[in-house]
Amino acid sequence: MAVGVVPGPPRGASAPRRRPTRWISDHLVLMIGILVLAYMFVPIGYIIALSFNQPSGRSATAQFEAFTWNNWTSICDPEGLCQSLKLSFEVSITATIIATLLGTLMAFALVRHSFRGRAASNLVIFLPMATPEVVMGSSLLAMFVSVGMNSVLGFVTIVIAHVLFCLSFVVVTVKARLVGMDSRLEQAAMDLYANEWQTFRLVTLPLAMPGIVAAALLSFSLSFDDFIVTNFTAGQDVTFPLYIYGAKLKDFPAQLFVVGSLMFLISFVLVIGAELWRRSRARALA
Amino acid sequence: MTAGEVSPLPVEPGAAVDGETAKRRGWGWLLLVPGMLYLAVFFVFPTIQLILTSLYDPSGSFEQGYTLTWHVANYGDAIKSTWHLFVRSFEYAGIATVICLLLSYPLAYAIAFKAGRWKNFLLVLVIAPFFTSFLLRTLAWRTILSDQGPVTSLLQTLHILSSDGRLLATPVAVIAGLVYNFMPFMTLPLYASLDKVDYRLVEAAGDLYASPFTGFRKIVFPLAIPGVVSGTLLTFIPACGDYINAELLGTPKQYMVGNRIQSAFLTEHNYPLAASLSLILMAVVVLMVVIYVRRVGTEELV
Repeated sequence: MAVGVVPGPPRGASAPRRRPTRWISDHLVLMIGILVLAYMFVPIGYIIALSFNQPSGRSATAQFEAFTWNNWTSICDPEGLCQSLKLSFEVSITATIIATLLGTLMAFALVRHSFRGRAASNLVIFLPMATPEVVMGSSLLAMFVSVGMNSVLGFVTIVIAHVLFCLSFVVVTVKARLVGMDSRLEQAAMDLYANEWQTFRLVTLPLAMPGIVAAALLSFSLSFDDFIVTNFTAGQDVTFPLYIYGAKLKDFPAQLFVVGSLMFLISFVLVIGAELWRRSRARALA
Repeated sequence: MTAGEVSPLPVEPGAAVDGETAKRRGWGWLLLVPGMLYLAVFFVFPTIQLILTSLYDPSGSFEQGYTLTWHVANYGDAIKSTWHLFVRSFEYAGIATVICLLLSYPLAYAIAFKAGRWKNFLLVLVIAPFFTSFLLRTLAWRTILSDQGPVTSLLQTLHILSSDGRLLATPVAVIAGLVYNFMPFMTLPLYASLDKVDYRLVEAAGDLYASPFTGFRKIVFPLAIPGVVSGTLLTFIPACGDYINAELLGTPKQYMVGNRIQSAFLTEHNYPLAASLSLILMAVVVLMVVIYVRRVGTEELV
């Protein structure tokens, strides 16, 4: 890092810093950081290991017993597992699209336009984030029940709930990106005779895109992984987290660990791939 | 694009231009309207509904229906029967938030200042474990902390835990689960805040003979306070309402207020009780957030 590179003359005073203690204190934070990271991966290791486990009983939460590939080749065997994954994907994609769209518009309005009631709007947007999930789920259920939506509890109500808790995160994420944006670039485009729509399409939107993409990814993962709010609003439908919860109560198929491992591996590869692509593109541009 | 199609650049008076700016103001409203309507219908309205539900006559039942009798005593009854759950929830969530902060700070600091070109890679590693389902990870912890698991046997060998001591089904396990599950909510805002700190300030402090620790205490820490505030809030709020960790890693003895709300709503169908508990939880959380934000003195909340 920068500290080591500076070969300044006043280093005479700091000669004792070169001692091993200095090296340790320099790297101590990094080592603690790596230890904390390792701790975060402990359950992932367990999940991947257990995905190759051949349990002797019917339930797979027990200890590792024997190695097998079978779980990986029979993901859809447990009844309802793949249906629940499909439902989760449908819910998360729908909720992500709606939340990203609504939230991005709101972020633009809040950052780009001044009007009365902005403070109140900010408060209303912040409150869902300050609401514990149990409260949000229960209040939505209370409303659905009282307006007679008991019979349609399922896909629609899950999506409604997911959009609600994703929306605020989208607004915050996109807003952060818009606030940090250099508005002179847009002025320059206007000066070069671009009309408003062209400026928006060719300058504003590409600049805001990383924020919008980040918001969409955040929404998707929040929605895909949500259990608490979904548990209140799902009726008889079963999303993947609800399936896991239900499986915990009876026999726990080892295929769940396979899906867990796959979720980790696929998203990890995608994110690393995107990062490598970004780097190579940055190098090509440089 | 030819110049003829656009309004001449000195944007002064001119009817067409005026019309355009007026439309732009109208647009500003329109952009906000769909989202705000959504929040009004699915957040404000249900919250009002919840307030009304909390005032229903408690003698009603799910089958017979409830009547709104402005039964404020529901709140008193709710607090009387569950205050210990509230205390426990805030205690567990508070301890978990502090541990999260202590663990996340070195990690976020290392990523922001020590990682060099590995910064983005390390950030991905921070989020990566959370791509896997939260329930699966918590169930994995249940196996790890179980009586036959490695952690328990290690602690027993070291005599930190007595030979019949256990981790699972204790407050330790529940708090460990909370810490684990809410770590990224702490690490990411902390990192974002630390990353904005100009490291040259620390170097300048070093040149002025400040020890590295003094440099951290007087420069980095104060500048990164917004990250600490948003990180602790983002950890504490969901941790207060969580009931999964208490359910999977604890026993009814470790249940938090979330467990009670959940069962009152979904198993007992005691809507008035569940609603008043929800509202008390929400009110206490919002109150704590407001006091905390006032105390620490950051205006910029989000």
